[in-house]
Amino acid sequence: MSLPIETVQHVAKLARLRITGEEAEVYAQQLSRILGLMAQLDRLPTDDVAPMSHAVAVALPERPDRVTGVDQREALLACAPESEEGCFRVPKILE
Amino acid sequence: MDFPYLTIASAAAALRQGEFSAIELTRAALQRIEAYNGDLNAYITLDPEGALAAAEVADRRLKSGDATPLTGIPIAMKDIFCTRGLRTTCSSRMLADFVPPYDATVVRKLREAGAVMMGKTNMDEFAMGSSTETSYFGITRNPWDRERIPGGSSGGSAAAMAASLCLGATGTDTGGSIRQPAALTGLTGLKPTYGRVSRYGMIAFASSLDQAGPMTWTAEDAALLLQAMAGHDPLDSTSIDAPVPDYAAHLNGSIKGLRIGVPGEYFGEGLDPALREVLDNAQQLFRKLGAVIFPVSLPHTEYAIPTYYILAPAEASSNLARYDGIKFGYRCDQPRDLSDLYTRTRAEGFGSEVKRRIMLGTYVLSSGYYDAYYRKAQKVRRLIAGDFETAFHQVDLLLTPTTPSTAFRLGEKSDDPVRMYLSDIFTINVNLAGLPGISVPCGVDGQGLPMGMQLIGRPLEEAVMLKAAHAYQQATGWHKRRPRL
Repeated sequence: MSLPIETVQHVAKLARLRITGEEAEVYAQQLSRILGLMAQLDRLPTDDVAPMSHAVAVALPERPDRVTGVDQREALLACAPESEEGCFRVPKILE
Repeated sequence: MDFPYLTIASAAAALRQGEFSAIELTRAALQRIEAYNGDLNAYITLDPEGALAAAEVADRRLKSGDATPLTGIPIAMKDIFCTRGLRTTCSSRMLADFVPPYDATVVRKLREAGAVMMGKTNMDEFAMGSSTETSYFGITRNPWDRERIPGGSSGGSAAAMAASLCLGATGTDTGGSIRQPAALTGLTGLKPTYGRVSRYGMIAFASSLDQAGPMTWTAEDAALLLQAMAGHDPLDSTSIDAPVPDYAAHLNGSIKGLRIGVPGEYFGEGLDPALREVLDNAQQLFRKLGAVIFPVSLPHTEYAIPTYYILAPAEASSNLARYDGIKFGYRCDQPRDLSDLYTRTRAEGFGSEVKRRIMLGTYVLSSGYYDAYYRKAQKVRRLIAGDFETAFHQVDLLLTPTTPSTAFRLGEKSDDPVRMYLSDIFTINVNLAGLPGISVPCGVDGQGLPMGMQLIGRPLEEAVMLKAAHAYQQATGWHKRRPRL
């Protein structure tokens, strides 16, 4: 199975990755080969098998709804590429 | 002090007998790093001041009698664990300048035990790779042969250990990233049961598979390091709330009557004949030590690679969605608008293997393909896990090769993702099933390159694996070999 370039470009858009036309062609080739490998699974009947999402059967634990974290606003903002007046700074999204 | 031949256990004893101090031990590690790290590129961030300060505290603890077996021991930390105040990059341009405001639970526990952290080790970018060739900070070389890869993704930790630039190292293992590099560099590497070690502060790759563990010379050292790393953590919702046994105390038990299964599917055509011979010898030795060897079958083994390369990239594509250039990490220059900020930041911040896996994961999760790929793979995952459950009704441990061959040459597989993916063929099943696995040095090939065997245990039975590995090491000397640098 070969992946059309349009599909590769669509997936790149979903993944928020800018790719060049040249890259799209490389990905189309490589992903097709990898997907070919995955086609092996089609040989295996799995209609009656329940999907397994985790290795251990764990129920999500609950905890009391209490404030536990200290105020780390400054420490967290210090990790940001750009911040201003206690906020993360991003390009304008509305005109 | 003959640093390369120290183990954690022997150094801990020497520290207590006053043969040398933690400061002296740390200085010796720093000298070796100075001499060899430039060429090997095992560490990508060093913290000599932090290490010497920790060693000073360790010496005080040793004097006051308040020390653990890790107090004063120089260790290397894979650069996937967040370290407060110390750059944590995951070997990606995306996090090249990221200084975390908190410690991962593993880091906190090792600091509390008094271990001396020398620095952060190189890895495949975001742990995606089997050769440490995808790092933004350059390749790491194998100390046994510098023209070869050290394995991956924990290749920096493996090289730091093998070159004796530390006495113990941490790794993480999503599809073999502790066991495979351990096998290729002559180390003992243990991937614990999923949930045994907290993932808090460990940068996520595939959350249902990721697990941290120790890389050391011996099973005894692995027991000591795992002891400090393991345990329930309320900060990780998948952490298992079960008591941690005293691993070192269980090491010396007899393995008489231990039932070891050998799955035929792992000894097929692709296996290097030299490895096959070495593993035959290992089976004979285990028999001599009183274990009983059984042939077993894990019939879904061949489906592991396609299953893993659907599930792991799917989880990765979700996990890596957080790198958007806003709250932390890299941001592209002069973004025109928000969409430009996202797409350019991610295009420039991620390397090609990471992008390939994000693309793959996004594709298999995308509308119309979810059932055919992702759901299908989740079903096959249950069949693979079921194989192990069945086998463990008959046997206590499984014995397999860790890798299909010894360390390959730099660049040999880096242009061919599918060939690279196949190097994980014997390790990824264990992650899919959530089981503990350990790689133990068990021989060398014609060029003197190390080989590893893998022991796989039942969930939470790390102690059984360690006991068998220890018994093997009491009777062999493969774990005592050191590379000539």
